[in-house]
Amino acid sequence: MNQLGNFTKGLLKDNPVFVQLLGMCPTLGVTSSAINGLGMGLATTFVLVMSNLVVSLIKDFIPDKVRIPSYIVVIAAFVTVVEMLMQAYTPALFSALGIFIPLIVVNCILLGRAEAFASKNGPVGSIIDGAGMGLGFALALTILGAIREFLGAGTIFDFSIYPGEYGMLIFVLAPGAFIALGYLIAIINKFKKA
Amino acid sequence: MVLTLLVITFAVGGILGFVYQQTKEPIALSALLKQTEAIEKVMPGFDNKPMEEMYEIEAYGGLMLKVFPAKKDGQLLGVAVETSTSKGYGGEIRLIVGMKPDGSIVNYEVLEQKETPGLGTKMVDWFKPAAAGTDKSRSAFFDKLFGVKAQEGAGNGKSIIGKNPGTTDFRVSKDGGEIDAITAATITSRAFLDAVQTAYKAYVAHAQGTEVDANTGATAKTGNEDTDKAEVRADALSADEAVTDNKDGKN
Repeated sequence: MNQLGNFTKGLLKDNPVFVQLLGMCPTLGVTSSAINGLGMGLATTFVLVMSNLVVSLIKDFIPDKVRIPSYIVVIAAFVTVVEMLMQAYTPALFSALGIFIPLIVVNCILLGRAEAFASKNGPVGSIIDGAGMGLGFALALTILGAIREFLGAGTIFDFSIYPGEYGMLIFVLAPGAFIALGYLIAIINKFKKA
Repeated sequence: MVLTLLVITFAVGGILGFVYQQTKEPIALSALLKQTEAIEKVMPGFDNKPMEEMYEIEAYGGLMLKVFPAKKDGQLLGVAVETSTSKGYGGEIRLIVGMKPDGSIVNYEVLEQKETPGLGTKMVDWFKPAAAGTDKSRSAFFDKLFGVKAQEGAGNGKSIIGKNPGTTDFRVSKDGGEIDAITAATITSRAFLDAVQTAYKAYVAHAQGTEVDANTGATAKTGNEDTDKAEVRADALSADEAVTDNKDGKN
């Protein structure tokens, strides 16, 4: 597969959220607003690209038996770095995302891509795969966040479209996240078949 | 195998230590900035350094509150008091309240809350008078389209700004007080006012050198200290029951 295909597969054809159904926890948890979804998506993208790169570089030195713990330590290291950087330089986003930042470590997408791709491919391919998957994740979260924010609070990216008091509160809460995501996946499946 | 794990964890430990060192200062700085901004919002116009003159006072029940004095030209403009309550619907609510030396509320900011989004979270702006363009429950776009002007000064029944808990009854109207609660979020409103009362009572008691009263409005009587404290505690308990009753009832 050429590198362009490698990149774009993560955006649509093999989107980690809509197709692979990975990383559901942060997807449902932080998408109460578009900006939170985007922020989480970009933080995850950074970690994914870096961890994919490092795993593909050290894959030949890691015995098969300890590969999972090794990958997890690498992923956790980058997540911790991102967490410290966010706390220092983007405190507003840091408080908005809260506990979900350290939870990036257990986001299945990271370990999934490390296992499925980075452990079997070179650094360049791994970076591109990480970028594509990460941006696909960010795209999915932003779209879901925008929908939930619009239906629940009448705003998109804090820009008021209709008065918030007419919003459907459920979409700001967990049940609405499931409902919105379910419908979104159904619609996307319909389009993919067509 | 062991060697690989050792090398990886060693390298990672080194990297994390390095990044920690580099970000330690900006993190402390941004926390300081956040606190300074909060003080400026609730008690503006000072030229001293309230953070450096911070002192603690004791509130009812032993809770220690941080007080940041705001001064201009050496004169006390007022104080910003960090207060909290555990009676929120979703847990602890932390506020910072700006008060003039006589206890009148200048402004407030919500520091931390876990209330229901769209209901209790309204406390962030609810208890302030409506200012044009700040009301997110209205759409600026549609208001302009239909020529609706935001009503300045609307909502004075719910605003606490400018009111003094010593002269105004800082309880929700449902309980007989003078502050309008957030619609469909009475418990949150009660908790919010509880936090404000805590700050006011602690500050006034400290300023006058007297005992801090409980938030139900019971005043500590002079005389037998033990009986007085028991009476005050009994009043506080019955107020808690009233909160639980209403939770099952109307709300």
